[in-house]
Amino acid sequence: MSMHQLCLLIVLAPLIAAVVAGLGGRYVGRSGSHWLCTGGVAVSFAASGWILKQMVDGAPVFNEAVYTWAVSDGIRMEVGFLIDHLTALMMTVVSFVSLVVHVYTIGYMKDDPGYQRFFAYISLFTFSMLMLVMSNNFLQLFFGWEAVGLVSYLLIGFWFKRPTAIFASLKAFLVNRIGDFGFIMGIAAVVYYTGSLNYVEVFERAPSMLGLEIFLTPGEPSKPITLICVSLFLGAMGKSAQVPLHVWLPDSMEGPTPISALIHAATMVTAGIFMVARMSPLFELSKDALHFMIVIGATTALFMGFLGVVNNDIKRVIAYSTLSQLGYMTVALGAGAYGAGIFHLMTHAFFKALLFLAAGSVIIAMHHEQDMRRMGGLRRYMPITYWTCLIGSLALIGFPGLSGFFSKDIIIDAVKHSEIEGSSYAYWCVLLGVFVTALYSFRLVFMTFHGRERMDEHTREQLHESPWVVTLPLIALAIPSVFIGWLTVGPVVFGDFFAGSISQGAHIPASIIGEEFHGPAEFLAHAFASPALYFAFAGIVTAWYLYLKRPDLPEVISTRYARLYRLLVNKYYFDWFNENVVAAGARSFGTGLWKRGDEAAIDGVLVNGTARAIGAIAALVRHVQTGYLYHYAFAMIIGLSLLLGWMLLKS
Amino acid sequence: MITLTHYLMLAGILFAIAVAGIFLNRKNVILLLMCIELMLLAVNFNFVAFSRFRGLLDGQIFVFFILTVAAAEAAIGLAILVVLFRQRQSINVEELDAMKG
Repeated sequence: MSMHQLCLLIVLAPLIAAVVAGLGGRYVGRSGSHWLCTGGVAVSFAASGWILKQMVDGAPVFNEAVYTWAVSDGIRMEVGFLIDHLTALMMTVVSFVSLVVHVYTIGYMKDDPGYQRFFAYISLFTFSMLMLVMSNNFLQLFFGWEAVGLVSYLLIGFWFKRPTAIFASLKAFLVNRIGDFGFIMGIAAVVYYTGSLNYVEVFERAPSMLGLEIFLTPGEPSKPITLICVSLFLGAMGKSAQVPLHVWLPDSMEGPTPISALIHAATMVTAGIFMVARMSPLFELSKDALHFMIVIGATTALFMGFLGVVNNDIKRVIAYSTLSQLGYMTVALGAGAYGAGIFHLMTHAFFKALLFLAAGSVIIAMHHEQDMRRMGGLRRYMPITYWTCLIGSLALIGFPGLSGFFSKDIIIDAVKHSEIEGSSYAYWCVLLGVFVTALYSFRLVFMTFHGRERMDEHTREQLHESPWVVTLPLIALAIPSVFIGWLTVGPVVFGDFFAGSISQGAHIPASIIGEEFHGPAEFLAHAFASPALYFAFAGIVTAWYLYLKRPDLPEVISTRYARLYRLLVNKYYFDWFNENVVAAGARSFGTGLWKRGDEAAIDGVLVNGTARAIGAIAALVRHVQTGYLYHYAFAMIIGLSLLLGWMLLKS
Repeated sequence: MITLTHYLMLAGILFAIAVAGIFLNRKNVILLLMCIELMLLAVNFNFVAFSRFRGLLDGQIFVFFILTVAAAEAAIGLAILVVLFRQRQSINVEELDAMKG
């Protein structure tokens, strides 16, 4: 089978499954639709894995258009695939996590009336995400970008009878629109300056626009490349939930847990990170854009972490942790260490999906109770969930040897050595972030699985471990969470795995050029000399002291520092600002346009005003018409004599 | 000696009388018709006078046409009048103001 057909198979298998399960769910039935969708994604995963294997073995980069949609003014709009190391890695991660989530869904959604619909959505999501990562041009990237946004909207609002879910889905959609507006402006600027949508052509022509200037504000020239990069990154900020466009991600937890794992942790939110890495030849050309990214990423990484510490909803804590980790990835991109960003994306996909699915397992056992204050001591009832969740948390905080350790340590190291403006701020943010990450992660573990059992009697009696369709995915994700970092850190970050697909440009920090790297074991030993590890341990100890040893202390602290606590509980007032300033402003602006513009100006002055003016003039003019014959005759005579007189005088 | 000027003056006077008749008459629509006829005759006078003094026959032929048209017009006008009278039992000009705005 040729590469061409293989690519088509990878994207079409989930699409066909989604269409059949979505439109014909009534005929194929519940088990039919889950076999079909899981099978479709399994085919994608197998083919992606095979491609990754080929790529590692040195297969050439595949870049081919499958279908030309339109050609306009020399710009070709195509459906095409670019398969290189970056794409192959992303495809494998996406299809693997998706496959695991499909299996998990069979258990989690067992009693849901929208079972077939759910499978159709997640398969459709897999198709969209694969289209996004496999694209070889900006238009198809945008298609995938919007398609994952749409599926995310559908899935957040999956339980469409809950008003909060509807609100959250709408919020996610609207906030993403802001980012997407920037994104499409960026694409438009790319087309304007390079005259092409194809990645390879754009990257070839990009250096030629360095000398150009554009006047966005009179008198101050800016570089088009910076404009393009910042616009594209704006899209990434929306999709990857960076401050201040992060507000949708915590709310998206209204959706069912499997999609929180699949979309809002492992894959869709990383689309922005992937996109920036894909566009690294462009971003390398603009130091200002990198500066912007590193500051935004660092802010997200630290300050969103704080919010995880005060939240009590088990899923929201993990959501804030996702925000914070996305911040880490953005920092890596901003520091010019694109490979490290993608590496963290990959490891994060495994352990974050694991954490979400473990939380889902807890939620099943607790009969859809998500408040951690009513949990505790679950370790004894659900050992598999406990151990996998613990592994996920340890990987997340960067416990030495686990996958998160490698990726996070490399990012911190890269930021330390980066020469981009703002990297010292970013360094402190990511370092402190390690402490915060450990604190909220182990707060979650301790509050859920250890300590006093705070649930009611009825729930306690029915506590038991989840069925195998739920625990199997947990184990399947726990394995890569432990080993993937150790196995791949050498080639992926320090080797030449990404050579040719990610720019190794001028801003790359010295620490991640392979010369100092001598295998994962030595890297591990080296870690004990860096402060990050001690920050992580401090976080665990703090969490242990506050939530196991002295569970009364958090209450005391929150009343002592009431103002700070309120700031955190209200999420820095971002939602308040959005609802009361942005949304209310837009609403009153709209009301103003409606009352003044539509009702007063258009209806009042233009439509009714015209009629009234004609009426008023006619009321005056009608007095001229007396109805008497002699008046008309008189007018005729006068007119005739004036005309004649004029003609005589003229000649 | 009667010159062209005399004829033209006569025609002018006749025309002026007709115009005055239209304005001054407030009673009878028939009088209006008569005034219009008088105007046409005044114009005919001019045609005939010019024709005679300039030695060209065209004007006199034109007069025949005008007289024919005038006769037709008078017939139609009187017919309308008859209908109008049947309708309103009156041909008083003062009362005919249906077109008043």
